[in-house]
Amino acid sequence: MDIQAKGLDYRALNEAIRAAGPSCRITGCLGQRFIGAGMSGRRVEIDGIPGNALGAYLGGGFLTVNGNAQDAVGDTMNGGSIVVRGSVGDTAGYAMRGGEIYVQGNAGYRAGIHMKAYQDQQPVIVIGGRAGSFLGEYQAGGTILVLGLHTDGKPAAGYFPCTGQHGGRVIFRGDVSAIRFPDQVTPHPPTEEETALLRPLVERWCALFGGDAEALMDGPFTVVTPDSKNPYRQMYAAN
Amino acid sequence: MKREGQVRIPSGCAISAVISREGRRMTGEKIVESMIPMHDRSNGLGGGFAAYGIYPEYRDYYAFHIFFDSRDTRKTCEALLKEGFEIVKAEHIPIRQIPEITDVPLIWRYFLAPMQSVLNRLQLDAEEYVARIVTKINAELRGAYVFSSGKNMGTFKAVGYPEDVGRFYRLEEYGAYCWTAHGRYPTNTPGWWGGAHPFSLLEWSVVHNGEISSYDANRRCVEMFGYQCTLQTDTEVMAYIADYLLRRQGLTLEETASVMAAPFWSTIEHMEPQEAERLTYLRKVFPSLLLTGPFSIILGFSGGLMALNDRLKLRSMVVGEKDDRVFISSEEAAIRVMEPDAENIWAPMGGEPVIVRLKEGTY
Repeated sequence: MDIQAKGLDYRALNEAIRAAGPSCRITGCLGQRFIGAGMSGRRVEIDGIPGNALGAYLGGGFLTVNGNAQDAVGDTMNGGSIVVRGSVGDTAGYAMRGGEIYVQGNAGYRAGIHMKAYQDQQPVIVIGGRAGSFLGEYQAGGTILVLGLHTDGKPAAGYFPCTGQHGGRVIFRGDVSAIRFPDQVTPHPPTEEETALLRPLVERWCALFGGDAEALMDGPFTVVTPDSKNPYRQMYAAN
Repeated sequence: MKREGQVRIPSGCAISAVISREGRRMTGEKIVESMIPMHDRSNGLGGGFAAYGIYPEYRDYYAFHIFFDSRDTRKTCEALLKEGFEIVKAEHIPIRQIPEITDVPLIWRYFLAPMQSVLNRLQLDAEEYVARIVTKINAELRGAYVFSSGKNMGTFKAVGYPEDVGRFYRLEEYGAYCWTAHGRYPTNTPGWWGGAHPFSLLEWSVVHNGEISSYDANRRCVEMFGYQCTLQTDTEVMAYIADYLLRRQGLTLEETASVMAAPFWSTIEHMEPQEAERLTYLRKVFPSLLLTGPFSIILGFSGGLMALNDRLKLRSMVVGEKDDRVFISSEEAAIRVMEPDAENIWAPMGGEPVIVRLKEGTY
C-alpha cells in the first residue's frame, strides 16, 4: 500500500502506517519524525527524507530508506532491520539494544553511542563509508563495523572513537593508522572468532547494496575492544 | 494541566539558510517554507530571519530596525538618533495582520547617515559610532531595542513560529542574496520579541541552535570591550564576539571559528607544527571567547555567511548545493524544501567552519 506523506505530520503518518497493515511504501516523505517508532512486524519502504528518530524503539520488522536519513536513526531500537540507501546523520543507533542498521554511505557523529547487548540481543551497525567523531562512545555491547569504502581520502572515523568503550567491539576495514584510539581500548587484528562474526555482516551489506564480499573480506580489519571487562572498576573508588 | 513527564515536547531550535554565490536576489518565500518541516523544533516563542541585500536603494545608510513599547519611547529614541545621524528615512516596517502573532510592539525602520562632525569630535569611525549608539539604546533606553543595524541588510523577528513570523513581516516582498532563519525553543530565558533570533550588530547576524555553557565567561569578556548584554539570551554574546573579533581585531573568519570552537589541546597536540602553533596562539590570546556547550550557528555578514558547529558537534547541521546556491539547515528535509534536487549533501565536522562568499562585485 502507498502512503503519500506530503502534508501529514508525524502522528498522522504513523497512524497511516499502522492502518496499512504488514507492508507499505511512503512517498514524498519530508522530515516527519518517529517513523515506525515502537512498531514490530512491518515492512516500510520510504522515498524521501525521513525525519529524526526513524525507527526509534523499533521492536522488529524492516524499514528501508531510499535516500539519506537524519539524526538518531534506530534510537534505542530493540529488534528489526533499518536499511539506509544513503547516509545517516548523528547518533545513529543511540543506545541500541538489538536489531541491525545497515548504512550504504557515511554516518555522522556518535554512531552507536551507548550501544549495549544482553544474551541473544546483539545489535549490529554496519557503515559502508566512514563515521564521524565519537564512534562507539560508551559502547557496552554489540558490533559496529565500518567498511571504509568511499571515504574521500579521510580516515574511516573522526576524533575520539571508542571513548569510554567498555563492551562490544568496533571493527574497521582498511588503514587505521590515522585514527587515534584512547588508552583503555586495544586495536588488534581479528581473531578467528571475530572473523567468523564479521563475515556475515560483510556479506549482508554486499547483498543489500552490492559489492564483492570476498574482496572486502581481504581486509585488513582492525577490531577495537576494551582492555578488560570492567576498565573503570577503580576509576572512582577502590572497591 | 499536564505536568512534566506527561507531555513530550520534541523541540530543539531550528536554523536554516540559503545564499546565492552569484548575488542573485531571492524572495523570502523559500526560506520561510524551509522552516515548516522543522516546525516541531520550535515552540512558538520565537522566530526570525536575516536578509542581506534587501535595501539596495539605501545601501549607503545604516538600516536600524527598532522595537518600541510606546510612542513616547519612540520620540525619545528619535531625539537621541537626531543628535548623531541624519535620518534619511523613517517608516513603519510593513506587517501583515495575522492571528498567530500578538502583542506586537511598534516596529520601525530608519535609514541613517552618521554626521561627519560628530564622528570628528568623537574621533570614531562610523561603524564604531553606530555600535556604540546601538549599545547605548539597548542598555539605557527602556522599551527600545535596536535589533538590526547593518547596511543593506535587516533582521526580522517576533514571538511566534518562524513560518508565521515570515508571513507577518511579508518577507515574500523582499529580495535578498542571503537569508538565514531561526525557529526558537527558549530553554533558560524568556520568549520575548527582543530575545528572538537573529541577534545582530552592524552587518553581523547570528542564528543559533543550542545553549552556551560558557555564556557568563564570554559575557564578562566582551563587556570589557564596551559591549553590553541586554537581551536576556545567550546567543546575543555571539554577535558581539563576531563583531569584536572580525571588525575590531581584524581576524579572518577561519581564525574566528578557531577561537569560538577551538579544538581540544589533545587534538592540537597531534597536528602539524604550523597549524598547532596557529591554534595555540588563538587559544592563548582569546581564551575567554571559546564557546562551550552545544551550538550550531549561522553567522551572516555582508557578502557571505559562515556556519559553525561546536567542537563536539552536539547539534546537527547539513549543507547542500545547487548551481550557485548553498543551503544550510538543521535538517536535510529543510534543504529539500528549498531545493528538491540539492546536491553534495554533507555534514561538516564539529568546529569546521563552512564559509560561503559571494563572487567579487556581485553585491
